[in-house]
Amino acid sequence: MPSEIAFFTFAGLTLISAIAAMTMRNLVYCGLCSAAAFAGIAAIYLQLSAEFVGFAQFLVYVGAIAILIVFTVLLTRGTDIKPTVAIVSRGWIAGVVIAGLVFASISVPVFMSATLWRTAPPEVAAPVEMIGLELMTRYILPLEAIGLLLTVALIGAVVIAMREKPAESIEPEVTDLEENSTPAPRFDVSSLEVKS
Amino acid sequence: MTKLDQIFVSTKHWLVGLAPEMLQSLASILLSIIPIMAVFGGCFAVTTILERKGLGRIQNRFGPNRVGPFGFLQPMADGIKMLTKEDIVPFQSDKVMHFLAPIVLTVPIWLAFSVLPFGRNMVAVDFNAGILFFFAAGAASELAVFMAGWASQNKYSLMGAMRAMAQMISYEVPLVLSAIPVIMIAGSLSLPQIVEAQAGYGAGWFPQWHVFTPWGLAGFGLFLVAATAESNRSPFDLPEGESELIAGFLTEYSGFKYALFFLGEYLGLFAISGLAVTLFLGGWHAPLPILEWLPSWFWFFVKFASLIAAFIWVRGTMPRLRMDQLLNLSWKFLVPLAVLNLFVTAVWHFSSNWQSFGGLAARWLMCGGLLAAAYVLLGRSLSRGQGTPRKYTYAE
Amino acid sequence: MLGSGLIKGLAQTAKNFFGSYHDPARMVTVEYPEQKRVVPEASRTIPFLVYDGEDPELGLRCTACKICEVECPTQCIYIVKNTSKKPDHVGKMQFHPATFDIDISVCMGCGICAEVCPFDSIKMDQVFELSTADRFESLLLHKQQLAKPNSYFGKIHPTEAGEIDIRREQDKRKAEAKAKADAEAKARAAAEVQNAAANSAAPPPSPQTVTPA
Repeated sequence: MPSEIAFFTFAGLTLISAIAAMTMRNLVYCGLCSAAAFAGIAAIYLQLSAEFVGFAQFLVYVGAIAILIVFTVLLTRGTDIKPTVAIVSRGWIAGVVIAGLVFASISVPVFMSATLWRTAPPEVAAPVEMIGLELMTRYILPLEAIGLLLTVALIGAVVIAMREKPAESIEPEVTDLEENSTPAPRFDVSSLEVKS
Repeated sequence: MTKLDQIFVSTKHWLVGLAPEMLQSLASILLSIIPIMAVFGGCFAVTTILERKGLGRIQNRFGPNRVGPFGFLQPMADGIKMLTKEDIVPFQSDKVMHFLAPIVLTVPIWLAFSVLPFGRNMVAVDFNAGILFFFAAGAASELAVFMAGWASQNKYSLMGAMRAMAQMISYEVPLVLSAIPVIMIAGSLSLPQIVEAQAGYGAGWFPQWHVFTPWGLAGFGLFLVAATAESNRSPFDLPEGESELIAGFLTEYSGFKYALFFLGEYLGLFAISGLAVTLFLGGWHAPLPILEWLPSWFWFFVKFASLIAAFIWVRGTMPRLRMDQLLNLSWKFLVPLAVLNLFVTAVWHFSSNWQSFGGLAARWLMCGGLLAAAYVLLGRSLSRGQGTPRKYTYAE
Repeated sequence: MLGSGLIKGLAQTAKNFFGSYHDPARMVTVEYPEQKRVVPEASRTIPFLVYDGEDPELGLRCTACKICEVECPTQCIYIVKNTSKKPDHVGKMQFHPATFDIDISVCMGCGICAEVCPFDSIKMDQVFELSTADRFESLLLHKQQLAKPNSYFGKIHPTEAGEIDIRREQDKRKAEAKAKADAEAKARAAAEVQNAAANSAAPPPSPQTVTPA
């Protein structure tokens, strides 16, 4: 019974913060609410005694992804800009259709799989060693594929973020800020002189 | 011997036994939490005064010596001052987040202490993935820093928070990467088992701590640098760079909330020092077999205190970095070195059966040489352009 | 190599740390309420009034000429002249102040009053522990608080006080010599007058000879 209370508390908190993340107008609040939702999911993992997954979820999502979201919000647009488009709009319909398709494409294989109808084993602990061994043996191909994908994303981000250099300069990148910056055109005092 | 060693554990069991049957689990939880909070809260008070006195001595000053004998009641005076100060909330600030930020910062850091083994059988919670729990708890502090900076509605606060987040994200990578070799060698994520893996003495006297291996030494150094940055201490304290940002994300905080941030900063330092002791300095193991008669918790706190002293020493010595230097150090020096350290650790692990004299020498030379070469080369590329006369664009 | 500078710096601070415990010469701190640094002779804080001798009322050098009151940029000096006169160090009759107040909450310590004083009366003090719990009354110094003996002045500004003492001594001697000479001349004149009177069968004395110039 207490475990059920805990589950419904965490699930409720997760859902509420997820809904808040979607509906709130202030983007920073949205980011923080999504962080709360991530933390709620981590709590549910922990309640299912999946320690490793729970902590990893917290570390990666709250510690990195939420920060990234917030960072992006701050760096790209001001938090005080009011959105001009209403939440319920024409684009909304397309969004619902896409979300439904994605949900269907995930849920259909899940409900079709035989694993779902298997009764849970009494001992549900997933030790870290087992996860590691499984990742390194049975699921090595997906792991490598994900690694490759992330590397591609990383390189892509670096390419996008790289400063475009004029074609003639082939000097190596200098790390120092001072050396790198070109002197701004100076204000010429002599041009100001009034003819007397 | 074992009586003194286990005095805290047996006291706790005795006290729990006194409680009625129904409340025993609750009493057990409380008796784990309260001592940790009391000991590290006390450490916080003592460290603030010792740090100020130590910094003073480093600068040939006396440091605070007015309140109480030799100034040792200074923390009390500071505490009273902090608690009685007016709590100012800026008019335009986000009141809720402004209030929540110090709490979100402090609570996870207290949680992090629960997995540290302070002595033999002295760990509050023995998680299977304890080290992961530690890092996960530490990750929440970044969000708190952002909340503090954003809720203040002050440009200095926001810039300080941005700097702090950029710094913490950048240094979290080498911090975790330098801890992974320990997990590889110990084969466990549980901190008590990592301590167990460092038990025993090679050749009868040489402690088997991780720091006394090439990868351990490199990892320890990387870990300490990353930990300094992670706990926002000098020379990486530029989120609070008072010369340009007043006090960074702390600008709009006063009174008790400021004290909580201050507490959180020191507790973060304590937690990460405790983790460094656990991962690299053999946890609660004695450095020599003849010193084993001293209790295990004593050794933990000796190592812990010397690490704190080292942090204070570094703070008294190093000037603050510039933002680009800070990020360069992390991404161009610490991260590559930490990744190489992973490889070296793998080499060390697979050469563990080279136990002849020549084999040992080859093992040490190979691992140490790789790391030393990488250190020199990366260091040279990092400090390229330094030492040449500085070129000013605007000031002549 | 990377890190050599760091080690050098750490060694230096370690040397400072341990050195500070066995080498007191390293410590630059003067622990103020117990130890006090000797202030330089030329230092100045607020003005005070010099008096000669033992009695602050009688020996006060101030003649209530009000030059300082006029010159003070912050107008912190307030003087009321007394109606009676008293002799100064050369014996000349001078006015003296009935009231002499300085509001040191306004005084900025410029020292102009001391520079313009022709009687070497107002001089700059070196006291600096002037804080009080009361903002108004305690910071308005009256004549009684301002008057300090010449010996104190000699202690805080020995060079200047020595010069002034010598000059005043010379003035005094000169004045005494002059008084003596005048008295002699007067006596001589009187004698001459008497002689003349005796010689010329007592004519009435002319006004020129009776009142000496």
